[in-house]
Amino acid sequence: MKLTINGAAHEVPEGITVAQAVRELTEQTTGVAVAVNDEVVRRGAWESTALDEGDRVEVLTAVQGG
Amino acid sequence: MDDLIIAGEKFASRLIMGTGGAPSLEVLDRALVASATELTTVAMRRLDPGARGSVLDVLKKRDIRVLPNTAGCFTAGEAVLTARLAREALDTNWVKLEVIADERTLLPDPIETFDAAERLVADGFVVLPYIGDDPALARRLEQAGCAAVMPLGAPIGSGLGIRNPHNIELIVEAAGVPVILDAGIGTASDAALAMELGCDAVLLATAVTRARDPELMAGAMRLAVESGRMARQAGRIPKRHHALASSPMD
Repeated sequence: MKLTINGAAHEVPEGITVAQAVRELTEQTTGVAVAVNDEVVRRGAWESTALDEGDRVEVLTAVQGG
Repeated sequence: MDDLIIAGEKFASRLIMGTGGAPSLEVLDRALVASATELTTVAMRRLDPGARGSVLDVLKKRDIRVLPNTAGCFTAGEAVLTARLAREALDTNWVKLEVIADERTLLPDPIETFDAAERLVADGFVVLPYIGDDPALARRLEQAGCAAVMPLGAPIGSGLGIRNPHNIELIVEAAGVPVILDAGIGTASDAALAMELGCDAVLLATAVTRARDPELMAGAMRLAVESGRMARQAGRIPKRHHALASSPMD
């Protein structure tokens, strides 16, 4: 199925979890937060939250700013 | 110098640093140390798998508390989501709320900012909103439960100093929460003036990170904030139209 991760299209297996989607980008888990379709998914729920076709996944971290 | 207290948390430094604009993490690290800051802003952005080193590592090494901002947001909805992501990523419920009206001026949008502030306060955040130098809005945000107000001196990155000192004084006079002068600082005298006007702290980034020598300017800002605070507490003499002899006349 198709997902958007940080604005880029990804072809991923059916039923992929948030945790697996994050690992498409990084092995890092601390200092990282995830929103799916503009809702935050708490870190504790990454492994148990399955994604659906067309979901927009945003993986954010802190950068220099302000 | 007396402590700065925001939402019950004490800070020995009244200089809050931003981290934007530093040419490298090494330069940023030296500037942060020279500034003696204890609270420093970061922005939230999409994770870049190719990025090497993190501003968070620098802050952790120096034991500096992180203050995430919502820079880049144009609506209350975006800002609320960004604050929630920052809380999840950084384990802090503090947020510098920044909702920008347009990219040319980067001036804060008062309507969206107020809307976001109410929603974030209701969600348990310690909200520090970046606002124009508007005493009425500052009062309304304090009433809405914000932990501080952060009026600008001048537009972000402009280095124009404090364009309306009178309004900053009006905000300070009425405020029951800390007033943090944010944005527009160009050099040390601007930071000192902010403190002399009665601000509780100064937040700056560009003036240090884009200075020719960021580490040296960070030290200058530290001293300026301390000087301004001491002068404010000492009580300046009134301005007079004519001279007043300091030596005996007879």
